[in-house]
Formats: sequence, C-alpha cells, structure tokens
Amino acid sequence: MSEIPGDLKFLKSHEWARVEDNGLVRVGISDHAQGQLGDLVYVELPELGAQVQAGNGVATVESVKAASDIYSPVSGEIVEVNEALADKPETINEDAFGDGWLFVVKASDRAELDELLSADEYAELIENEDH
Amino acid sequence: MTQKTVLNALHRELGARMVDFGGWDMPISYGSQIEEHHAVRRDAGMFDVSHMTVVDLHGARTREFLRHLLANSVDKLKVQGKALYSCMLNERGGVIDDLIVYLLGDEHFRLVVNAATRDKDLPWIEQHAKAFDVAVKERPDFAMIAVQGPNARSKVISLLHEVDRPRIEKLGRFAAAAAQGPHGMPLFIARTGYTGEDGFEILLPENHAVALWKALADIGVAACGLGARDTLRLEAGMNLYGQDMDENVTPWEAGLAWTISLDEGRDFIGRKALEAQKAAGVPRVMVGLVMDEKGVLRHGQKVLTPQGDGEILSGSFAPSLNKSVAFARIPAGVTGNVRVDIRGREVPVRVVKFPFVRDGKPCEGI
Repeated sequence: MSEIPGDLKFLKSHEWARVEDNGLVRVGISDHAQGQLGDLVYVELPELGAQVQAGNGVATVESVKAASDIYSPVSGEIVEVNEALADKPETINEDAFGDGWLFVVKASDRAELDELLSADEYAELIENEDH
Repeated sequence: MTQKTVLNALHRELGARMVDFGGWDMPISYGSQIEEHHAVRRDAGMFDVSHMTVVDLHGARTREFLRHLLANSVDKLKVQGKALYSCMLNERGGVIDDLIVYLLGDEHFRLVVNAATRDKDLPWIEQHAKAFDVAVKERPDFAMIAVQGPNARSKVISLLHEVDRPRIEKLGRFAAAAAQGPHGMPLFIARTGYTGEDGFEILLPENHAVALWKALADIGVAACGLGARDTLRLEAGMNLYGQDMDENVTPWEAGLAWTISLDEGRDFIGRKALEAQKAAGVPRVMVGLVMDEKGVLRHGQKVLTPQGDGEILSGSFAPSLNKSVAFARIPAGVTGNVRVDIRGREVPVRVVKFPFVRDGKPCEGI
C-alpha cells in the first residue's frame, strides 16, 4: 500500500480530490480502490464542458472483475479529462494518486471541499474496512 | 461458516486477495490477474481447486447407476483412468451440476463436482444410488491443484519419481493415473483442466498439498487465482455452473448438446424432457459474443435481437484478445449481429462460435 498524500481529500467511495495552484480540482481514485478493483481495462470519462454535481456518478472504471461508478467530489464544470487512460487504463493501477488521475473540475462551490475526508480520516476508514 | 482449503494460510502468506467463493475463502489473485492469465497461456500456472468436491462410488452396479444418473454415457469409458465430462440433470432436463467422472475399476468410479453445488449434489446422488446398492463416499481428505499451460506437463513430470515419468508423459487427454511426487507423495494425475491449455489436475492427500505447491513454485509455476481461472475458461469456451446453466436450463440451451448421449435404450434422468424439448424445438440457444468497441460485457446485461431479448451469461474482458467476450442466451433463430444494453447505451456486438481462444491463440473470426 502506497502512502496517502497529505494534500488529498477523499469521498468515502474512494475518490480523491486535489486542489491545484490554479484553484481547479483534480480527481482520481485511491490506491486502495485500484487494489480492490484489480486490473483496470476500461475507463469511461465525462465530456469536456459537462456540468457535474457533487456525489453524482460522472465516470465509470471497469476492471476485469467489475464496473464501478466514479462520483465527483465537487460540483462544477469538467475542464480536463485524462485521455491517456483510453489506451492505458492500467496507469490507474500503477499510479493512482498521480498519472492515473481521471478528470479536472472547475468547482462552482469551494465549500463542498470541506465536506470531504482528510487523508488521515480516509486512512482510518480503509483501515477499518480491512478488518 | 466460511471453509478453508489446506493451502489457505499459504495463499495469505503470498499476499493473495481472498474472496468468498461458494462458501470457501479462496484467492482471486496474488497480484495482477491479467499477468496470471498470461502465465497460463504462455508458460505454466497453478490453481488451488481443493474446494471442489470429490466423490467415490463403489459397488458392482456402479456403471449401471451412472448410466441412469448422467446425461453423457459412461459406456464411453472403457479403459481404467479414462475421464468423461457430463451433466447431471433433473427430471425436467435442467442441469443440477456439471462434473467429471473417472473410471477407476470395474466397481469404482470417481466424480469431481462443483464446490458451490455440493450440498444439493450429494443428497441427489445418494438418493439415486440406493436402488443400485452403490456406496457414495465423499473424499474431503483430498486437496486438488490444477497446473495448466503449455509448459505445465513437463514441469509436473520433472517432479515425479523417475519410474513414473514415461508413463505420465504418455498419459492421453482426459485420462488419469497414479504417480509418486516429491518425497514419494501419492498423486492422482489427470490430464484435464479448465483453461483451454494443456496440463494436469492433481488430486493428493491434504497433508502433502503445501509441499507440492512449493515444489511447483520453485520450478517457476506461477500461483494463479480464481479470477484468472475465470477469464481463461471463458476464452476457452467452457461453461460455468450457476452462470451459464442451472436447474432451469437444459443442455440444449447451454451449448452442451455435445455432452448428451441419446444412446439406444438408456434411461437416464431427464432424457424424456430433453427428447420432448428437442422434438418441440429448443427456444433459446447459447452463443458467443465479441465486442469490438471499448467496454466490458457483464453477466446480466440485456441482449437486444430482432427476435426478442436475451441476456449475457458469463461476460468479461478477455486478456488474450484485449477486448471483451461473453456467452449469451438468446432466442433461437437469430441471424446476424445483435446489440447489448450497457448502462443505457446500445452497443453492437458480433455473434460468433466459441471457443474464443485455443492453444494460446485467438480462434478464426474472433
């Protein structure tokens, strides 16, 4: 299990959010989640410009075993998606917190970020899940 | 209460991800499921299949009993050690389970049935065995390790006692024989499998299973989980009980017509129903599907055809093909291609013959 970067915030459903210098929010799934899903083989990403609501399904990742909905941690507009995942979905397995990011949201309500779990709270959540 | 095979602690030591599989705590993968799949297609991999149920049948009328119990004909088994794949049907022609039966002697046969169906299989077998005075004896004392892949046989043979090697090298497909493994451990070696690759399934006393697993690992046989086993068998066109057929599905509707033996005068359970359905016309058939677009076909997705809806049975990403394949049950008489409803999107798929992969290579037209 790789270290959970301290600057990330999390949904209970294992998505991470990182507020970047330009104020945009980059979203991916946790290393724990990729480990649970197993080898990823397909990623369905939202359209550029789409309006998304916090807590709503906006993408799908499929492993050999199962398809999983990905929820957006914040509301706003999709301004970037990780096109490289179309050919290399396994990037999520290899680097979930880095190159395996999914999409970037221009948040319409930054207060929503306060609702998310901190890295420590998320670490505790998955610790309890394993027992 | 979750059951554990004798290799359970070793799987956990190896870092396997464990899941509940028909009441058993089993490894789904040790690392990358796709790499485990490729290990079997390209070299050799091993699976703990000790959860499967082994049943020995003894009695002078055992052959006669199996003629009645099984839809395939045990009269095809003439030589000691030969094996046969068969369905065991109910009176309606529905599949209670699929199994392998071995001829071990004039009055001794061995069945290997599924783990998840054990609790209904044993009472069914016992109930029908009574009339034939056949003794039904479960063998929980056996562990079972499947070693599969193009190099699987040579690797297993290298571990056998020298005197046994030539005989096991000559062992034909769907045949089994006894041999001595490392430290003289007694093995029952069958040239069978569930991956579409050559290899062996090895029954052995539980107390030797860890030693055999480690000996195989030492000569480069990759530990593989049940996840890889599932993608391998799907590519190989092999049914999974509970997903591709069950008690409400006849072999005609499950791509298993090749296992039905309507030999003259043999009164097996379900025969009347099968003959009636064949005469009336089989309403549904099992077909193979290939999706060329991105995405993954999954169990339960709806298949849209001009003749009505069908459904995906086993569906998965196929690592040897780098795309998704599936079995589907659709109305009989559908010609041409069909569409699958994937989360509200109608995706075109091709109807194909299976297997999808044979001897490590995609079949023609896949």
